Amino acid sequence: MDEALLRSLTPSVLTVLVRRGADFAAAEDAVQDALVEALRVWPADPPRDPKGWLVTVAWRKFLDQARADSARRRREDRVDEEPAPGPAPAVDDTLQLYFLCAHPSLTPSSAVALTLRAVGGLTTRQIAQAYLVPEATMAQRISRAKRTVSGVRFDQPGDVATVLRVLYLVFNEGYSGDVDLAAEAIRLTRQLAAAIDHPEVAGLLALMLLHHARRASRTAPDGALVPLAEQDRGRWDTASIAEGVEILQAALARDRLGEFQAQAAIAALHADARTAEETDWVQIVEWYDELARLTDSPVVRLNRAVAVGEADGPRAGLAALAALDDSLPRHAAVAAYLHERDGDLATAARLYSEAAEKASNLAERDYLTRQAARLNARTRD
Amino acid sequence: MAKYLLLKHYRGAPDAVNNVPMDQWTPEEISAHVGYMRDFADRLEKTGEFVDGQALAPEGAWVRYDGEGRPPVTDGPFAETKDLIAGWMVIDVDTYERAVELAGELSAAPGAGGKPIHEWLEVRPFLAANPSVDECH
Repeated sequence: MDEALLRSLTPSVLTVLVRRGADFAAAEDAVQDALVEALRVWPADPPRDPKGWLVTVAWRKFLDQARADSARRRREDRVDEEPAPGPAPAVDDTLQLYFLCAHPSLTPSSAVALTLRAVGGLTTRQIAQAYLVPEATMAQRISRAKRTVSGVRFDQPGDVATVLRVLYLVFNEGYSGDVDLAAEAIRLTRQLAAAIDHPEVAGLLALMLLHHARRASRTAPDGALVPLAEQDRGRWDTASIAEGVEILQAALARDRLGEFQAQAAIAALHADARTAEETDWVQIVEWYDELARLTDSPVVRLNRAVAVGEADGPRAGLAALAALDDSLPRHAAVAAYLHERDGDLATAARLYSEAAEKASNLAERDYLTRQAARLNARTRD
Repeated sequence: MAKYLLLKHYRGAPDAVNNVPMDQWTPEEISAHVGYMRDFADRLEKTGEFVDGQALAPEGAWVRYDGEGRPPVTDGPFAETKDLIAGWMVIDVDTYERAVELAGELSAAPGAGGKPIHEWLEVRPFLAANPSVDECH
């Protein structure tokens, strides 16, 4: 069965129900029920018209639930069984769905969960597995999110930036369980890019494609992290890079720079170098300057210090680093790297150990510990 | 989102404010305590933040590998580690501040006299399995 097709139909089926007059929360539940049924029924009995099938089943589920609710309330309110003719949509409904699911009143985790379910068409079970929490917890997180946005009008325009942040969070989660969240984030961003013409949406899509292109080379067969300079560039996905670069160039030509375009430009410069030595670090530093101007994020300055170290030598990198707060995440890792390049192996080893203790994920901690061990072995000789 | 372990153990931290051993409580006080813990977990499930909660038996054995073809060696319990860990809860929350807030609520579980125990709980972040997109250069 084509699960990707099934999932890609989710937003349009959901908006059909909403246009027929179902409220968002109930419509979303009904669509979810229909998806679960499709997963069960389609493998043996694929429908000729998948979207029609989903709309019919979801609408029936909605009516069943509405009837059960009204029976429980013992009210005479009779649910109209005939689909009410909805008003013609003024804007793309799919876009409205993105805005609603990333509404600023939602916490990041709620927005992520709701987006994956209502826009992405993932089941609660799949989302729970991807985020390693119990299904009951994820079900509650989603239903709370729906209650939070229940007062928001469906046709209210939203802020693209909040949607992009949610999609970027999903992308960053990467891969765990049987759902590839990075690939899902790319699919959802691509779908968004089709619904709205916005350079930052294009920038984020380009950034994701350029990063994703390197995924196979980013980890060794034993799961160890491979830093950019040591990656086997022959394993980079050139089609994905070409697509990312093309999307980025078209976006940059619009002359409305934003942080995702700037990040994508840096990723594109890395992708463009056939060897690590050929990397155009001078241009990368310039892009980090742009990025620092756009976001004023300390993490950007930290990455900039690394780039300065490559462009102008480790002493210049350390000077750039000295201006930054040393409590920043990865500060010690960057300092360790620059000190090693400067030839001070003992300091580098100590800082790598310190960085390993502060690492927030296992792969990075193991990598940093190995760096410290490597330098300690060398200084012992 | 990040996962945190709220760990209840008895080494390293000062005594709780209401530091009366459980076997000195009245049965009603014990019921109130157990009910509080259960309600706390239920509430976290409803907020979409609950991952796991377990209590541990106070004593266990120490086990170690003893070489190829040999059964593992067991020993203990050793007096100095007795009662080290009583139990834990795992939560999945948006911020560190929220983790601290919830640990504070858990520490307010009622003990002797129906008053909060004020016991110290350790809040430890989980290490994520995967690095985020920013690569190590």
